[in-house]
Amino acid sequence: MSTTAPSAPRSPINDIRLQVMWNRLLSVVEEQARALVRTAFSTSAREAGDISAGVFDLEGRMLAQAVTGTPGHVNSMARSVIHFIREFPVETMKPGDAYVTNDPWKGTGHLYDIVVTSPAFHNGKLVALFSCTTHVVDIGGLGQSPDGRQVFHEGLFLPLLPLMREGVIDESVMRIVRANVREPVQVEGDIHALIGCNGIGEKRLSDMMAEHGIDSLDELGAHIIDKSRAGMIAAIAKLPRGTWKGHMRIDGYDAPIDLHAAVTIHADHISVDYAGTSGSSIYGINSPMCYTEAYTAFGIKCVVAPTIPNNAGTLDSILVTAPENTIVNALYPAAVNARSTIGHMLPDVCFDALHQVIPGQVPAEGTSNLWNLKLGAGHGMTGTIGNSRPFMVTTFHSGGAGARPTLDGLSATPFPSGVRNVPVEITETIAPVVVWKKEYRQDSGGAGAQRGGLGQVMEVEHREGAPFGIFATFERVRYPARGRDGGKPGANGRLSLASGQELKAKGFQTIPAGERLVVEMPGGGGYGAPAERDPAAVKRDVRLGLVSKEAAKASYGVEGD
Amino acid sequence: MSSRLAVDIGGTFTDVVLETGTKSHAIKVLTTPDAPERAVLEGVRSILAEAKCRPQDVSLVVHGTTLATNALIERKGARTALITTEGFRDSVEMAWEHRFEQYDIYMERPQPLVSRDLRFGIPERVASDGTVLLALDEAAVRRVAAQLKAEKIEAVAVCFLHSFTNEAHERRAGAILAEELPGVAVSLSCEVCPEIREYERTSTTIANAYVLPRMEGYLGQLETDLRAEGIAAPLLLMMSSGGITTVDTARRYPVRLVESGPAGGAILARAVAAENDARKAVAFDMGGTTAKLTLLDDLDLQRSRQFEVARAYRFVQGSGLPVRIPVIELVEIGAGGGSIARLDTLGRIQVGPDSAGSVPGPACYGRGGTEPTVTDADTALGRLDPTRFAGGAIPLHRDKAEAALQSLAGPLGTDAQGAAAGVAEIVDETMASAARVHAVENGKDTADRTLIAFGGAAPLHAARLARKLGMKRVIVPVGAGVGSAFGFLRASIAYEVVRTRHVRLDMFDAKMLNELFAAMRAEAEAVVRPAAPGETLVESRQAFMRYRGQGHEIAVPLPNQPFSADAAGDLRRRFEATYEQVFGRAIPKLEVEALTWTLSIGTDRPLPSPAKPVTKRAAPTPTSHRDVFDPASGLLERAALHERRLLESGMAFDGPALIVEDGTTTVVPNGFIAHINEVGQIVLEDRA
Repeated sequence: MSTTAPSAPRSPINDIRLQVMWNRLLSVVEEQARALVRTAFSTSAREAGDISAGVFDLEGRMLAQAVTGTPGHVNSMARSVIHFIREFPVETMKPGDAYVTNDPWKGTGHLYDIVVTSPAFHNGKLVALFSCTTHVVDIGGLGQSPDGRQVFHEGLFLPLLPLMREGVIDESVMRIVRANVREPVQVEGDIHALIGCNGIGEKRLSDMMAEHGIDSLDELGAHIIDKSRAGMIAAIAKLPRGTWKGHMRIDGYDAPIDLHAAVTIHADHISVDYAGTSGSSIYGINSPMCYTEAYTAFGIKCVVAPTIPNNAGTLDSILVTAPENTIVNALYPAAVNARSTIGHMLPDVCFDALHQVIPGQVPAEGTSNLWNLKLGAGHGMTGTIGNSRPFMVTTFHSGGAGARPTLDGLSATPFPSGVRNVPVEITETIAPVVVWKKEYRQDSGGAGAQRGGLGQVMEVEHREGAPFGIFATFERVRYPARGRDGGKPGANGRLSLASGQELKAKGFQTIPAGERLVVEMPGGGGYGAPAERDPAAVKRDVRLGLVSKEAAKASYGVEGD
Repeated sequence: MSSRLAVDIGGTFTDVVLETGTKSHAIKVLTTPDAPERAVLEGVRSILAEAKCRPQDVSLVVHGTTLATNALIERKGARTALITTEGFRDSVEMAWEHRFEQYDIYMERPQPLVSRDLRFGIPERVASDGTVLLALDEAAVRRVAAQLKAEKIEAVAVCFLHSFTNEAHERRAGAILAEELPGVAVSLSCEVCPEIREYERTSTTIANAYVLPRMEGYLGQLETDLRAEGIAAPLLLMMSSGGITTVDTARRYPVRLVESGPAGGAILARAVAAENDARKAVAFDMGGTTAKLTLLDDLDLQRSRQFEVARAYRFVQGSGLPVRIPVIELVEIGAGGGSIARLDTLGRIQVGPDSAGSVPGPACYGRGGTEPTVTDADTALGRLDPTRFAGGAIPLHRDKAEAALQSLAGPLGTDAQGAAAGVAEIVDETMASAARVHAVENGKDTADRTLIAFGGAAPLHAARLARKLGMKRVIVPVGAGVGSAFGFLRASIAYEVVRTRHVRLDMFDAKMLNELFAAMRAEAEAVVRPAAPGETLVESRQAFMRYRGQGHEIAVPLPNQPFSADAAGDLRRRFEATYEQVFGRAIPKLEVEALTWTLSIGTDRPLPSPAKPVTKRAAPTPTSHRDVFDPASGLLERAALHERRLLESGMAFDGPALIVEDGTTTVVPNGFIAHINEVGQIVLEDRA
């Protein structure tokens, strides 16, 4: 626990002043995040918003974090700052310094995420640290593949390193980066964007401190952490105490994976333990503990205390544990590139337990795992130099989300991830591909009183008829998103060629020259028995083509128009 | 003597302003939503009578209206269909495939204006470079047209992939629809919004089609009615860009009329900034339900091509319908006089975005409202004279305001006044935060600007807001209550044309770009010239540029002349200078590219010259004094009361003071000095 008692009793006016400064601090990190999105190069950051940004006190406690697309960075980036200041003591930091890592276990879970942390000075005095993360377009190795067996296969590993000293970028680090990635310009550009956004944060923080006449964040930090922690405790106190168990089986790479969570409600915190979960995989779908912690905390917080801002006070209210060498606590040097395969599933596992504690408040299971099309071509991957124009592109897309207790599930919408998609026109401009179809997938939403969200179908072809590859990391192909309280499961996903051949849901595969890739994304689970669905809603779904007449009759017993 | 008429239709009131030489008249009548032209005519008749002006002496009518915006917000537009590339009819509903509110599992995305059963895919395909991959299936277009006829569709939006690069398929489909569906409004995305990103382009085109039939009908009726009144002057329309245009253009692209009221306010602020020689300013318009903030630099307004209508979820970005049109960049937040204050789960004060509206209104109106609002806080702080609100039309009940604030005071452990101070501080901080984030997104700072405050609630909060934003000066213009209509008369006749052409600087093609700009100039001139015969037109050009590989561009000003063959170097220098200004540091070595090009032309409307300095002199004895609680100091202070109409140029006095007029009250806090400038505006200066 990391809170300190407030120094003196405060009057309400004083409290209001602290609230004003807190709001301001939140806007400082929002500005930091927006600057990063506006200057980033990779589609994941600039289109999808797969970034995070936050401000920390000198002990590494997070005081505020921007609300961005990536819950997976929520706690993990927060923890990374502790690793940085252990390696580079704060008293050694100078204005214009910045540090970098992509250590999956000390950063945000895989080598593609680069974290940059830098000190913030006000009137010459170190007052805070800013940190930010983004997912770069390439980091070398096998590419965006789950096929690696060890982290060494997965690309360039940057340990905690100084990146900039008093405003001068370490050109040696940059040269190593450029030499190890397939898209050196974009990756270097993203690193510049990371450094730059921390600079914006530092400037705005200094402005705020000058305006409010404070020379340290001690009192404000204590206020934020105390208030948030008290809010979490109050929210948790409303729940019954005890332990509830959740379980979900998912596809895995070569064998199904069982995810087990025991959620315990204590007086002042919630603990989640993953004992019983399958062991780590020999492929790159393992989740390091920091990433497991992030998605678990996110899922719990959505249900228990959605409106309390993230900071050290809220993070410490949810304790996550897992036995070592399970797939949710994979140790170095396990391969972790596609760690979101596991991470994105964890809120559903917790919801399975929470539904028993507070029925009627958690959604049905959804696609959960993002169905990003990670496409590429290059010598040795999809052919030889002569016939394979190299490219790497990630387009973010989603299947259906789970139905809510009182609302249908959102179609083609991510949960728990909060990223945005990449427009087809953008994808086609930066990569030699043509998307021939991108439409809702009829009948894919799980039947229920509230229908699960629909998945979508996409068809992709190489613009010049050349072969291209897909780094598949898809889930819910064998085990669908389950419904809740009588709701039916969503449709399974499917990956195939237009000519009919089925592809594997995991691993790099080549789409032969002239062939089209067909991606059918899963639907979300339904909520409540289908028979309880308002027949008018079923008829509307048939009229809109979301549900076929046949399915309306079979699943709901309703004759369509 | 010729007179100029401005009409601004708002949700509640229709404001009419008549200017003859240096004299002006202003009038407010209630809006008549079923036939908006009725209120306009009523207002016009009244103001002509009041000013003793003959209809034939009116030389210009400038009109702005929220009708298009309201049609979109209230979903009361035409029955509209979408025709798009086969396989993509759901793109407009999938939007960005995201949840704009991370933690709310009950979040809902806005529904598109066209439901799925009225969205049709047509076999055709153009690639990103404009190559036709699949020819347009004309028979399919005709089949869909027959269906649309059966469905009694009133408007059609056509949006094919990559049509901003190759318009042929959209134009051909449009021609077929015109043949098959005479009388149905057709909007093509290559005309309405020729820009990359299919969701935004489709959304904009649909919005245009959706409001087109109604706006066309209304504008035609208004034109006829004005003629019948004997007003032969041209009718011009205010656009969201701050420019004005002909009725013809407004009828074709009515989506460009959304938010024309706030645009008018921004134009007024620009004139006020000129009068006060404020090179850097912020326009601050705070009314009953929202506040709007706009940045002005070197007397120029921030402009953008991105806007969201009808944000349904706490004004959160992503919860509205995107329209890509030229707009005056403004940030709008749910903070107005009627905004409701409450405590969140952590016991923190939250203000807005929901508003008590005019019914029941704030608790202090005594019309049944019980929830505390910003106006209740202002009343409890002693800022408002209960007998003078809205010209005395609405008597305020301070006891009811205080009773409503008790719901906050109890849990906060304070009294009604403490709670009121908290509400005022939070709403001011909310606006300040929005302004700061908005500024940084544009690479600007808020400090050392002049705040120009108008709208009923702005002068009450302006001084505190200014201090939070590091601004030293606040101006409250004359007639602040009808600021937008005054702004219409100061706008120039202007039009902006946008084209997407991807150009790498290392493959710079001056000839292609010069041809492009010539075509853009011709298109813009065709719109502007008929409304401005014989006038000099001022041109400005911009490129939206980025490092190759980035996803977002910055607006880079270009010289108004054809490119020379070797202009790439100059373009790069201009880009890097702008980039450094916005983001702090340029990136060495990287390639630079431009995506979108804009050209706008407009008539040259000279700004007013700066007002002459005045010699400060003593103000008359205050009419009375009142105790006012100052949230900044936490003290109850004795404030002097001044009637604005009794104050003359040069008169000066220190805060704490209140300046009362019919439309609003200006709060002069302790530490500020107020004076009246040469042109009758109130100027507050921070002495700190």
